Amino acid sequence: MSTTVAVRLNVNGAVHELEVEPRLLLVHALRDHLGLTGTHVGCDTSNCGACTIHLDGKAVKSCTVLAVQADGVPITTIEGLAPEGGLHPVQEAFWNDHALQCGFCTPGMIMAATALLTENPNPTEQEVRHGLEGNLCRCTGYHNIVKAVLDAANVKSASLEQHPEVTA
Amino acid sequence: MSAVAEAPYVGREMRRKEDPRMITGRGRYIDDIAVPGTLWIAIVRSTEAHARIISIDKSAATGRNDVVAVLTGEDLAGDFAAPMAMVWSPPGVEIKTPEYWPVARGEVKHVGDPVAVVVGRDRYSVIDAAEHVVVEYEPKPVVVDPEKALEDGSPLVWEQFGTNRTHEWKVSGGDIDAALADADVVIEQRMVNHRTAGGAIETRGVLADPNGDKITLHSSTQIPHILRFVLSLLLGIDEDNLRVVAPDVGGGFGSKLQVYPEEVIAVALAKRLNRPVKWIETRSEAMMATHHGRDQIDYITLAANSDGTLTGCRARVVADLGAYQLLLTPFIPELGFPVMGGCYKIPAIDLTFEGVFTNKFCTDAIRGAGRPEATYWIELMMDKLADKLGMDPLELRRKNFIRKEEFPFTTALGITYDSGDYEGTLDRLLERLDLEAFRREQEELRARGIYRGVGFSTYVEVCGLAPSRAVGPQGVGLQAAFWESAMVRVHPSGSATVFTGASPHGQGHDTSFAQIAADRLGIDPQRIQVIHGDTDQGPWGWGTYGSRTISVGGEAVARAAIRVQDKAKEICAALLEAAPEDIELVDGKYRVRGSPDKFKTMAEISGAAHIPPQELPTDIEPGLEATAMYDPENFVFPFGAHACVVDVDAETGKVSVVRYIAVDDCGPPINPMLIDGQVHGGITHAIGQALYEQVVYDDEGQLVTGTFVDYAMPTAAELPSFETDRTVTPSPVNSLGVKGVGEAGTIAATPAVTAAVLDALAPLGVAWIDMPLTPRRVWEAISEAQNGGAQA
Ligand code: FES
Ligand code: FES
Repeated sequence: MSTTVAVRLNVNGAVHELEVEPRLLLVHALRDHLGLTGTHVGCDTSNCGACTIHLDGKAVKSCTVLAVQADGVPITTIEGLAPEGGLHPVQEAFWNDHALQCGFCTPGMIMAATALLTENPNPTEQEVRHGLEGNLCRCTGYHNIVKAVLDAANVKSASLEQHPEVTA
Repeated sequence: MSAVAEAPYVGREMRRKEDPRMITGRGRYIDDIAVPGTLWIAIVRSTEAHARIISIDKSAATGRNDVVAVLTGEDLAGDFAAPMAMVWSPPGVEIKTPEYWPVARGEVKHVGDPVAVVVGRDRYSVIDAAEHVVVEYEPKPVVVDPEKALEDGSPLVWEQFGTNRTHEWKVSGGDIDAALADADVVIEQRMVNHRTAGGAIETRGVLADPNGDKITLHSSTQIPHILRFVLSLLLGIDEDNLRVVAPDVGGGFGSKLQVYPEEVIAVALAKRLNRPVKWIETRSEAMMATHHGRDQIDYITLAANSDGTLTGCRARVVADLGAYQLLLTPFIPELGFPVMGGCYKIPAIDLTFEGVFTNKFCTDAIRGAGRPEATYWIELMMDKLADKLGMDPLELRRKNFIRKEEFPFTTALGITYDSGDYEGTLDRLLERLDLEAFRREQEELRARGIYRGVGFSTYVEVCGLAPSRAVGPQGVGLQAAFWESAMVRVHPSGSATVFTGASPHGQGHDTSFAQIAADRLGIDPQRIQVIHGDTDQGPWGWGTYGSRTISVGGEAVARAAIRVQDKAKEICAALLEAAPEDIELVDGKYRVRGSPDKFKTMAEISGAAHIPPQELPTDIEPGLEATAMYDPENFVFPFGAHACVVDVDAETGKVSVVRYIAVDDCGPPINPMLIDGQVHGGITHAIGQALYEQVVYDDEGQLVTGTFVDYAMPTAAELPSFETDRTVTPSPVNSLGVKGVGEAGTIAATPAVTAAVLDALAPLGVAWIDMPLTPRRVWEAISEAQNGGAQA
């Protein structure tokens, strides 16, 4: 029905050539066209942040961007945050600190948190809280999310102090 | 000898088994599931709160590219065998229940009521097409205020009933009239516990996939087995031809404890079109068509002697149920009744519940479901009574607490509280909060114009639904039961799978159930997988809600695992030529008591169970698995003491939570980290209700809070970090001693927050503010109090 346009999406280091409707939201291009379903949709008013990705290294809500606007711009999604099989320190800290329950907000939270730490590697608790203001979580009360972000900032790339766990 | 391993996994902080998928974007939620050839559904929803449908013109939509079908309620009349289900039928009480069809027939009763369904090939194009369905309405009078709805001459939501009153349900114990007449002090208060939304970040969604005669419904639900059962009745499809799968579910909070029209519609369309169909709710739809919670007006009377001894309490609850009855709609206000009266000895309790129809969407269970309301009024009434008597509010509580040694304690309503130590949690709380120092600080701050206050909540809640006979048809009257199931299967090489009938959606039972099973099987929890949410796998079960999953589902896991352990011992004994009663499970080894070198591992035992060697007697059945169905004899009653500290900006009315301390007792922890997480989230949900969130309809029944822009859920920026602590009082009800904790924070916290604000504003003469305590409401209350209560 509608006309389509060509767009080149550079996602997690791979380039995809797509023909899309001009109105297609980036989040739907990622999810429905590229099968990258880790980026979630939780609202229709840009409030929840579940769709947060990195666009040229900056945290962006991918429901507020058209796929065509992202043409050629480097995109990172939760799937590409760490090399396959590995975890980014923020992911590791989310796991250690029980910073997720249902996990639906989690990819967006982690993408927002990693961008926050890039800009401000040693944030205070209040800076973390304000930095994550655009991301809603209904499960955790944010307590452990904030803790995880602070912990990730402290350990940086150094090896994390392991949470007590049953097997190594 | 204990049946549990020496160094148990239960009680350990253990990172969650479910997390590696979720932190890397590999979770699989409903909208992540794709089936080739899937058609999309969009729902055309009523823009009117109450109207007759004059006509529906489908032509502009039907003619659009990519549209497969446009169907109205009349078109679909033959697809549904029965109207939507409501399952409460209390003995002796009639509950007015209108016919509620998944797509409206003839009339709409609230904004968002489905009036037509569009099916097409693409997510976007069905939404376009839905906008081209032209519906002509003849508006009818609207009523949104539940108390106005009870007045004579009010517009009627359902004319055939001649009233908007849905039902009245009463329960009482003791002589309330004498109690009120003889008391030294009687206080009264009207309280509004306003309408809220569940607010799961994942909206609802369904994917119905037909294959021959069988249809699989993937749904973001908390109750796959109940859903299949009810769908089979509503659609006339046998259960063996229906499979319901709950994939990863992105939060529920009760809002997905429901059988929704869209679930029925999806299965009906999959059957009619013989194609997979998918519907993903938008947030705007969720605000108008996913059930709301709370919404009641409470008239409370509390009576006491001059020394503070409580003598009676009476509550009249007017509950706004919305336009229809959904699964548990009329029952939710009553669900709090077993703990009405709180953790206090009250010889006379008298409760009346009235349900009311209004032109809004249905209310039903949202986190806490009836118990937050019950806790809100009793705790705030205790503060008011203390004020009236000139007593310290905590001393008044202590004076009336059920004492530790008095458990099991039967209340005036005949409810038996299992165990408790209410003084213990309050003492622990006050170890963390130096109240004298706080009062000094409060004085100093007041002198500088800063209004700081502290509020307390010493709550008890009732959870672990079950017991079936108490809440079932001959008990409270739910046409259901609430036992839970588990099947434990040890595989030939010694790993295990636990199947549960519960359906967790964030609570972490993949981990905590593995811990419970691990101790009883002698298998590392990392080698135990928990399977849930699929009606084609594992035994029947009742789902996850009502803080029931650990105390009912977890106990079922424990029991099934013990059965497996017993059989493992029998096999081990045969292999080692010992008596089964001489086999003990220590550190993952099944060994002969007194001969620690003589042992078999679970892998050896399970191998023998599956491929029997000659020495295994033929009367031992092959295989190593067991099922347990567990129906407890009583509820469990978690409790705790919470304190909230707030600062109120008297200039703007803005409230800031500066400190929150929670001491909870849910029995012995399975995984303490998960308990803290539940408490954090629960408190936040309640802070949201107390300070920010409200579902608002205007006088015409239009939804004002239709998105996350207007429905203000708390963000990280509004909250402090929480201080949590625990005491441990085991429940005698189950072998684990556990009580649920999923709702405790939500149940406890609204009165603590409200009390803190009232404490902060006491010097300004503010005696009461109804939630949500938004800047505007607080500011208005301050100015009204300052102007000597003059009318604005
Ligand atoms: S989906 Fe909610 S902000 Fe993008
Ligand atoms: S973990 Fe469920 S919404 Fe954040």
